[in-house]
Amino acid sequence: MTPNPPDQLLLATGISKTYGAVVALRNASLGVRPGEVHALLGANGAGKSTLVKILTGAVHPDGGTIAVRGRERTVHSPAEARRGGLVSVYQEPSLIPDLDIRANLRITNTPVESFRHWVSELGLPDLDLTSLARRLPLASLRVIDLARALANEPDVLMLDEMTAALPANLTERVLEVVGRRKGGDSSVIFISHRMIEIAELCDRATVLREGETVGVVDVTAGSDKRIVDLMLGPMAAEIPAAAERPAAAPRPADAQPRLSARGVSDGRRLHEVSFDLHPGEVLGVVALEGQGQDELFDILAGSSRPATGSLVVDGTPVAFRHPADAIQAGVVYVPADRAEALMMQRSVRENIALPFVAGVRHWAMLNMGAERKTVDEAVATLQIDARAGNEVRRLSGGNQQKVTIARWVATGVRTLLCFDPTRGIDIRTKQQIYVLLRELAQGGAAVLLYTSELKEVQLVCDRAIVIFGGRIVAQVAGADADEPSLLRAAYNLAPDEVIPELAVAFANPDGAPGSADTAAAGADPDGPGGGAPRAGDAPTGEQSEDPA
Amino acid sequence: MTAATSRRPRRQTAAGVRGLFRDQPVIPLLGLLAILVVVIEVVDPGIVSIDWAGVIIKGSVPLAILAGCQTIAMLTGGIDLSVGAVASMTGFVTATMIHSPGGEVQGIVIALVAASLAGFVSGVGVGVFRVHPLIMTLGMNFVVLGLANVWQLQNVQTGAGVPANLRTLGSGAFVEVLPYSLVVFVPVMALILVGLKRTGYGRLLYAIGDNPVAARLSGARSWQVLIVLYVISGLLAGIAGLILSGYANTASVSLADSSVLPSIAAAVIGGTSIMGGRGGYAGSIVGAVILTVLAALLTILGLPEPTRQIVFGSIIVVMAAAYTRVTAES
Ligand SMILES: Nc1ncnc2c1ncn2[C@@H]1O[C@H](COP(=O)(O)OP(=O)(O)O)[C@@H](O)[C@H]1O
Ligand SMILES: [Mg+2]
Repeated sequence: MTPNPPDQLLLATGISKTYGAVVALRNASLGVRPGEVHALLGANGAGKSTLVKILTGAVHPDGGTIAVRGRERTVHSPAEARRGGLVSVYQEPSLIPDLDIRANLRITNTPVESFRHWVSELGLPDLDLTSLARRLPLASLRVIDLARALANEPDVLMLDEMTAALPANLTERVLEVVGRRKGGDSSVIFISHRMIEIAELCDRATVLREGETVGVVDVTAGSDKRIVDLMLGPMAAEIPAAAERPAAAPRPADAQPRLSARGVSDGRRLHEVSFDLHPGEVLGVVALEGQGQDELFDILAGSSRPATGSLVVDGTPVAFRHPADAIQAGVVYVPADRAEALMMQRSVRENIALPFVAGVRHWAMLNMGAERKTVDEAVATLQIDARAGNEVRRLSGGNQQKVTIARWVATGVRTLLCFDPTRGIDIRTKQQIYVLLRELAQGGAAVLLYTSELKEVQLVCDRAIVIFGGRIVAQVAGADADEPSLLRAAYNLAPDEVIPELAVAFANPDGAPGSADTAAAGADPDGPGGGAPRAGDAPTGEQSEDPA
Repeated sequence: MTAATSRRPRRQTAAGVRGLFRDQPVIPLLGLLAILVVVIEVVDPGIVSIDWAGVIIKGSVPLAILAGCQTIAMLTGGIDLSVGAVASMTGFVTATMIHSPGGEVQGIVIALVAASLAGFVSGVGVGVFRVHPLIMTLGMNFVVLGLANVWQLQNVQTGAGVPANLRTLGSGAFVEVLPYSLVVFVPVMALILVGLKRTGYGRLLYAIGDNPVAARLSGARSWQVLIVLYVISGLLAGIAGLILSGYANTASVSLADSSVLPSIAAAVIGGTSIMGGRGGYAGSIVGAVILTVLAALLTILGLPEPTRQIVFGSIIVVMAAAYTRVTAES
């Protein structure tokens, strides 16, 4: 409430930061006006997270200036930044896993009442403050991080890929709560790879490329293309518009599937799932958060055993007791969470070569030359930028994801299970992964792809199965798998039923999001589910976890 | 923030030093060792000589082997607290069997088999039953100590003692300079160094310590790795115990107890992270030598035992803190 409000609430200029040989930021600038939601965009590794960390004092810059309300500032620590009104929700959950939520709040001096208010605004009204952070699902942790930030009443709130790990219904809550802050005297810096969220929420966007600010754009109906061009830079021309997909060759009727599931249940979430996965195809799996897809992939990958039902690989019944058994049978798994798949302190090479040494037969002397050759080929095939390759934790998210895939592609893959491989990575890397999956299928591999981004199904998959409430409720041919029909199927709606409000936001990128109050009656597929029949409430992981 | 720009050269030097510490801790550690040697020469002029170096090496060998046990265990996020009892046990059992029909060879074989067996049981506990390594090996330490005491009661023999050959191995030296124990140590060292860097098994030790879930998803069965690990650790501890009893010319059920914490300290000083996934054996060897030289220095200074312990403890804490700083993200 300065008498003469400065044009910029927060102004950072000429920020630079290097990590050894890696230049994270070279000349980044960012100006945020009071009352706006400002998008910070850029490909993976562009330096968005680093910039946010610098603005909140978590990382110290090599050079540059930061001014808040026109006054120059040096921010030494996140705590100091918080007192100065700069609060960030970082890309990684920042709660201490072994403390309960209340204790975590105390650490940041967060008022509990205000926190409670925000968590329920954000769609988790029943959160138990005494539960340990590590017991909560990732999506809840993200929401808690955000509520905690809001409760600190920030002048500038920074959200680093806040929505990447959220199911659709929580995403919608977040967008709404953040949107309400527009026009006040505080501002939001919003990082996301989802253009539709940017279009819906943001006033202006700053685009980073390779650590440099390359443009500031007013977000309007047609600004998408300009933003993408800025993000990609001169490289844009090289990118194929979409993965090439030749018309699927007709499969002989007696062709043997690579992998068949027959009536697989896990006893809790997954019920009687049966499907065939053939060589040469990419089979999509579509489901809202928590419909049993996690359990299905765990079973297929050998991480857990089915309660009933059976798996058949190449015509032979199998009973996986350990991921090693699945790998032995040629079924390999790329998990959703890169932190699960990677040894963060080890090199790119060791990470890619890990499966080569896992079995007792390979415990003896390594053939370093042959290994280097295989790894180098995989690094080249996947175009991994391995400059910071001594430790995988220093790679950008997209490159980390490529390493998790390279591990299996390196020696030739027969059956690949991919769980949301493009979550939280930039458009260019996404494209590369689409192309790669198509190429693998063309080479005779069978690919099972769960994706939370519905448009990927049409881009990459030959056909898709839709899981709802632990059962397969629909099968869609790839060509027909447009977002609206997939979404209807994912909500298990009859074709003429009204799509819940957030679905509209997805299906119709240019339309304004419906407000929560106008949620269509009867949108709740399971009937009255306690509270108001708000879209997406019923089928989330949060609630279906109750029977445990 | 503008001040930060002018500080850049210093920052980069600091970053360079940190990078060196992180990637090649042996080099700064050798520097530290050199400083200690200079200090000892200043405190007691004329003491540093070839003979003195031989004495230091002799004293370092058992500790360096025990540090090997800790290094490989710590790489997986574990630890082996049973090395004290196991090492004491092998020296002791061998000494009591000096007059048995098979002679000292029989004693050594039985002792090393027992040491491996203790490691096997620890490995099963950690790998199969998921007991925390700290608890499992601490328990094993007491079990082995108890069994050694039982053995002592059953096998009191007159004339038992450290076999002459072990005495030579532990305390003799070629031309009075190069300790015989190197004959055992050099192959052991080579095996561990090569094993960690160049074998699939070594890779898995790092993998399990860095991220057990990733290791599992890549098809590694960690129980196999862990059982083999603790067997190797038991065997190494047994070998160290034989050399130690020869070096000290005593055999008792608690001879190696005082080496357990220094063995962990040597690995920590050498840059192996107790959280797993990071480190190596070369640093641990230098760490063992540093501790041995330091002990010699403290003896020369005539410091009382409590003071020595305080110095030891402080060094471990400082080193551990330093490594945490240089290896931390950002
Ligand atoms: N702690 C670190 N050590 C080394 N390099 C890092 C570190 N953090 C980030 N980087 C590098 O800096 C660049 C920018 O990373 P980041 O800010 O995470 O990008 P974004 O969030 O835009 O994906 C990447 O190349 C990344 O590898
Ligand atoms: Mg980021």
